[in-house]
Amino acid sequence: MSRFRTTRVLTALLSAASLAVALTACGGTTKNDSSDDQGGGSQATGTADPEAELQEGVKMAFLPKQLNNPYSDIEVSGGEEALGELKGEYKLVGPNDASASSQVSYINTLIQQQQDVIGIAANDPNAVCPSLNQARSSGIKVVAFDSDAAKDCRDVFINQATTQGIGEKLVEMASKLAGGSGEIAILSATANATNQNAWIDVMKTELAKPENKDLKLVKIAYGNDEDQKSFQEAQGLLQSYPNLKVIVSPTTVGIAAASRYVSSSNYKGKVAITGLGTPNQMREYIKDGTVKEFALWNPADIGYLAAYAGVALVSGQITGKEGEKFEAGKLGEYEIGADGEIVLGPPTVFDANNIDDFDF
Amino acid sequence: MSGSENRLRGSFTRLASWDGAVILVAVVALVVAAAAVDGFGTSNNVTFMVLDLLPIALLALPMTLIIVTGEIDLSVASTLGLTSAVMGSLWNSGMAIETIIPLCVLLGAVLGAVNGVFVTVFRLPSLAVTIGTLALFRGLALVVLGESAVADFPVVFTTWVTGTVADTAIPNVLLPLLLLAAVFTVVLHATPVGRAVFAAGAGEQAARFSGVRVDRLKFWLFVASGAVAGLAGVLWTLRYSSARADNGLGLELAVVAAVLLGGVSIFGGRGTMPGVLAGVLLLATLQNALRLEDVTNEALNIVTGALLIVSVLLPNISRSVRTAAQRRRLRRTPIPQPATPPAP
Repeated sequence: MSRFRTTRVLTALLSAASLAVALTACGGTTKNDSSDDQGGGSQATGTADPEAELQEGVKMAFLPKQLNNPYSDIEVSGGEEALGELKGEYKLVGPNDASASSQVSYINTLIQQQQDVIGIAANDPNAVCPSLNQARSSGIKVVAFDSDAAKDCRDVFINQATTQGIGEKLVEMASKLAGGSGEIAILSATANATNQNAWIDVMKTELAKPENKDLKLVKIAYGNDEDQKSFQEAQGLLQSYPNLKVIVSPTTVGIAAASRYVSSSNYKGKVAITGLGTPNQMREYIKDGTVKEFALWNPADIGYLAAYAGVALVSGQITGKEGEKFEAGKLGEYEIGADGEIVLGPPTVFDANNIDDFDF
Repeated sequence: MSGSENRLRGSFTRLASWDGAVILVAVVALVVAAAAVDGFGTSNNVTFMVLDLLPIALLALPMTLIIVTGEIDLSVASTLGLTSAVMGSLWNSGMAIETIIPLCVLLGAVLGAVNGVFVTVFRLPSLAVTIGTLALFRGLALVVLGESAVADFPVVFTTWVTGTVADTAIPNVLLPLLLLAAVFTVVLHATPVGRAVFAAGAGEQAARFSGVRVDRLKFWLFVASGAVAGLAGVLWTLRYSSARADNGLGLELAVVAAVLLGGVSIFGGRGTMPGVLAGVLLLATLQNALRLEDVTNEALNIVTGALLIVSVLLPNISRSVRTAAQRRRLRRTPIPQPATPPAP
């Protein structure tokens, strides 16, 4: 008896589901109907008072992508330093995994704890949006740093560096290391890597300028961001272009692989390597003289600037509108750009003198 | 031994049973948190807590039935992720959301049926099968959507999922949850299906001999589990307005933890739905309250892990204590029983 009933119940459930499909198959809301605005919070309300005094005791919580990640640890340490200077209250919370939704519960917690500012590096620009707007509607200022949240759910975004700034810095370092003239090559990631290609475009524009007319870009090689392939590409470049003076690698994988090859070859001291790398990867090559200098943004400055922006928002000095200005301690004056973006500035250059100050 | 003494012991066992205890502890935890933790009792937070526990509670419903039959479904979170990825991809292709949602639930059911076929037709252990599909479905999700996210779902739907009923703190999504919880509770505790579930878990051979079609039952339970995971995938996607292949990553462990904490025996045959719901509520309350008290994630994991161990350990200890006491009583009985074989 029971076996028949079992089947009947479950079959009925399934047919109900298929009926629902059939009923709703015609008409309905599609992507095209709702491509309009996604609602949510508004940008920059009220007016800024540039003369407003910075408040003390501002409670700012940092919510990085993930806790116990060396890179974000350094970012938030800058925030802690800045809040110390500003006599604010620093707090750090965050998930152990960098998944899209895990930050959302923390945002809710911070709302209940009535923080003044949330500094967030968003794991997913949209997933955090509803909760961030809930925070903003209860009076909390939101400063995105490192990875932006959708722009209608935060007040400002601290952008580590612009494409233009990075491209210019790479050419500047290459020119300096080549002594102003000679052959240079680029060792990039993959042929269609968005960031790298954007930087390389800026580099080409810079190299076309009269002051760089003696620098000759002979080849762009692609190491696919694989250590082995990058190593072989660096080797190939040096064999094909005996007069090569500098290899510029705008990727942390490429620069480390190229440095490793050069440091163990007789090109050491003759060919310079530069580009974008992390101090921990590059320390040994700086120490053994293979690499003179390379660049990357300083993560601690990102958190530092985020904290100053947060306190300026709470104090009413800025509201997030384009053109507003505020002082950020040791980093100097900043101006808010389009869409509430604040650009940290040119990348930090690492060399033998300062590399031991950084651990990431 | 008098009858009244027996009745007394019976009610005492019920009171001291694990699911009863969990319900009690969950209520106490709620009351203590509301009284002692700043911000816990606010309507915002209550809404939020329900939203947080929703996917775990949904997945725990069919999981309870599956574990009671002595099987397990570890692929639920990956089913959720694959559903979410497919939902995003269908939405991108221009299909109407009203069609996508039932299709996603159906997709979940089909994925569940895949598990069901492997377990009942090929006679493979569900632990191995669903560990396999855990990886398989998550991999397929990455194939469907890659690392990208789809975020532009219609606002009417996303705000309904995060919204509340009128001006109350009751989230809209609590209604489907309560409805499904009621259905699964009735099915497990008041229908022949439920009795078959317990019978299959207590002893599969015996259940077969007494006419329960164990394989068919298990197959449909996996289908139900998949369909509910599909629904959970839809709600998850709309809640975070973000369809991603990694949605719900690792959620299956929280679900199994809640079910076991709720007093369901991992060996099958025992468990109650109210106990499981209390287990879900207890875990959510602890997480929310401890987070508000700035307890770190590591400590949270330790608390959850310890609770889980205790929930598996305590019922076993109390059972062996009871059995030992029974044996002692039997041994003290003066009448010799030559017909009874020695206690195992």
